[in-house]
Amino acid sequence: MKKLWQNNGMLLVCALLFLVLSFTVPNFATVENAKGLTMSVTTVGIVACTMLFCLAAGDFDLSVGSVVALAGVVAALVINKTGNIALAIAIPVALGFGVGAINGFVIARLGINALITTLATMQIVRGFARLLADGSSIGISNEAFGKLGQYKLLEFQSPVWVMVLCFVVFGLLLNKTIYGRNTLAIGGNSEAARLSGVNVVRTKILIFAVQGAVAALAGVLLASRVSSGQPNTSEGLELQVISGCVLGGVSLTGGVGTISGMIVGVFIMGAVQNAMNLLNIPTFWQLVASGAILLAAVLLDKLKNRKNV
Amino acid sequence: MLEFQNLSKAFPGVQALSEVSFSASGCSVHALCGENGAGKSTLLKILSGMYKPDTGQLVLEGKPLRFGSPFHAIQAGIAVIYQELHLVPEMTVAENVFLGHLPSKTGWVDNRELVAQTVGKLEELGIALDPNTKVGDLSLAQRQMVEIAKALSRDAKVIAFDEPTSSLSAREVETLFAIIEKLKRQEKAILYVSHRMDEIFAICDTVTVLRDGKHIETVPSAQTDAAGVVKSMVGRDISDIYGWRPRSVGAIALESHGLTVRGGEILGIFGLVGAGRTELLKEIYANPAQSIKNGICLCPEDRKKEGIVSVRSVAENINLSARRRFSKLGFWINEPAERENATQQVEAMRVKTPNLEQQIGLLSGGNQQKAILGRWLSEDVKVLLLDEPTRGIDVGAKREIYDILYDLSERGVGVVMVSSDLPEVLGVADRVLVMRQGVISAEFSREEATPEKCLAAALPTSPNPSSPSPSSQSWEEGSEGSHSPQPHLVSPSPNPPPRIGRRGPGGGGS
Repeated sequence: MKKLWQNNGMLLVCALLFLVLSFTVPNFATVENAKGLTMSVTTVGIVACTMLFCLAAGDFDLSVGSVVALAGVVAALVINKTGNIALAIAIPVALGFGVGAINGFVIARLGINALITTLATMQIVRGFARLLADGSSIGISNEAFGKLGQYKLLEFQSPVWVMVLCFVVFGLLLNKTIYGRNTLAIGGNSEAARLSGVNVVRTKILIFAVQGAVAALAGVLLASRVSSGQPNTSEGLELQVISGCVLGGVSLTGGVGTISGMIVGVFIMGAVQNAMNLLNIPTFWQLVASGAILLAAVLLDKLKNRKNV
Repeated sequence: MLEFQNLSKAFPGVQALSEVSFSASGCSVHALCGENGAGKSTLLKILSGMYKPDTGQLVLEGKPLRFGSPFHAIQAGIAVIYQELHLVPEMTVAENVFLGHLPSKTGWVDNRELVAQTVGKLEELGIALDPNTKVGDLSLAQRQMVEIAKALSRDAKVIAFDEPTSSLSAREVETLFAIIEKLKRQEKAILYVSHRMDEIFAICDTVTVLRDGKHIETVPSAQTDAAGVVKSMVGRDISDIYGWRPRSVGAIALESHGLTVRGGEILGIFGLVGAGRTELLKEIYANPAQSIKNGICLCPEDRKKEGIVSVRSVAENINLSARRRFSKLGFWINEPAERENATQQVEAMRVKTPNLEQQIGLLSGGNQQKAILGRWLSEDVKVLLLDEPTRGIDVGAKREIYDILYDLSERGVGVVMVSSDLPEVLGVADRVLVMRQGVISAEFSREEATPEKCLAAALPTSPNPSSPSPSSQSWEEGSEGSHSPQPHLVSPSPNPPPRIGRRGPGGGGS
């Protein structure tokens, strides 16, 4: 029982939460709402996959929200100019990869800490997004591009499938590849990893670059769904993503984290948000509630681990 | 003065302490001995208030102590001085000494009073330190003295030292002992945890031995000797703690930075702390990935900071480097091969662990070190560099590590072992190099090497650096870039010019 709690504590909390919400919140336990809930966590869920790697390596990335916005704006500009969907995906993703690579280079090679580095790029990238869009959103008239994020397969829209694909791909990367294992080793003790022949600098740059690319992909999907590139979208996304990971038991000091935990964390956040919407709780209170939940979850985790000592 | 009564503490899978009872009187120094995992650390952590015991109590001067709160332990007069010191490097000596209860006037720190009181405490101990120096600028030995002054400033009645001499030079140890004598005369009860028998018999009045979490004996040190204590610690006779055996030596395996080692040979490098031994090894190992490919592996000095990834499992720590070789297509992990390798290494190195998934940080130092050796034996190792391989490791596990080294060298591996434990170097090595102030100052064969000759070659020549403080820290940062020449395995490549004691790209220390 204790072991079950130790290993699956958050999963139990999540199950309990869904159960309670099903009975207490009207319209929570409906098929329509389940679809809506899943759809609502796609951006956070996709970006959390790569954030998990950043956190596991002992760093984090605050620039993801800005990258999502920039990618949306760039996608809108490209599609309006060329009408080529492949380009409207590839260019923003490459741009995101570049931003991430710069983050990684500054952090790993130049040794500036992740907080300062990504705080700076967060502002720089957001600035460029607004400059490119001239401050307001850019409408997208290309219908095919708009369908990209609304295409349905087996009842679920494409962003949900992209999220599921990300879960699978990054789950495999983390558990089954040298890249993933090295990421955890770097987060656990980067000096020990280096002395054991792990190329710490290169691995970290790759982690951040992939983070940038995936955030940009999420940005393109978002732009497609809302048929516009919005320079002001996704502010505070980075904190939602990090919260989701931490809720799922990913350690902020690095070395510890699982995909399954992260997924549970993301869905707990999504469910609470969704329930509050259904109950018509004002957004400002929702903000207070999400903060309180994060704090409670971390305290719970701390309490759980203290008994281990 | 201080009584341990029936203390028991269990962790998942381990009974760390079971019904330990003994007492320590004031005005005397009590040695606490035991192999790693015997329960010494657990006992210290209960004393310092970090752990709550399952049963039993601690009684200080007739009053039972409240457990599980470091704050109350300090208030009650208990000070534990750990190997890793707990000081704020950016603050001055005086501020550190009085941290937590700075003398103040209506909320403002009274600086004059602070300095005056600090000078008082330092003089009591006969320590010559400027109270306004930043602690970050002090040597390790000096920082330890600041810790002692800090304990005094809090009116500690019991002062416990955890392996206080493990990174001190011989002269610094003498200073420390003089201070401990003074503390004793001030009616403090002193607990002294150490593996070094010579030290225990030099300053301790009684010796308490723990084994497997149980109290074995507490005897006056005059009534026992090192062999007796070691026997109680391991529960058996260890007649020869080194167990050296003659082996045949092969061709030159590594020639780098003025150091030559042959296959099958154990080369010992002795020197005082700060003599540049760690720097030499790190220079040979400047590019880890390339070195490993060449069959050169390093067991670093600081296991916790540079050796293990403490939050990950034993299996992952063992496979950290070699998984590259097992992998499919260069990135996909070969799980069966990794599991098999980990199982094999755990068995061969006799790592005591409940299972392969155990977090390595929860194992004892000796078992961590054996797992790191397993990490390198998973590679095709030709030359193994070891930096203080037995530091903080108990007698029984030390012998196991020596035996692993003999086995390795019998298989033709060249072993380079750096150690500041002279008897260990003389006992294990086939050939001894002595380092002094960054250069190799002497070389002896096993037959020639005597403690006197080695020490004479190790002691600094004038001008006498007052306190050698090694700064491997700044070095590590510099070695990442690595434009220094690669070590060569002799057979396939030409010899690099011998370079002795060249400083690394990060600049050599403070």
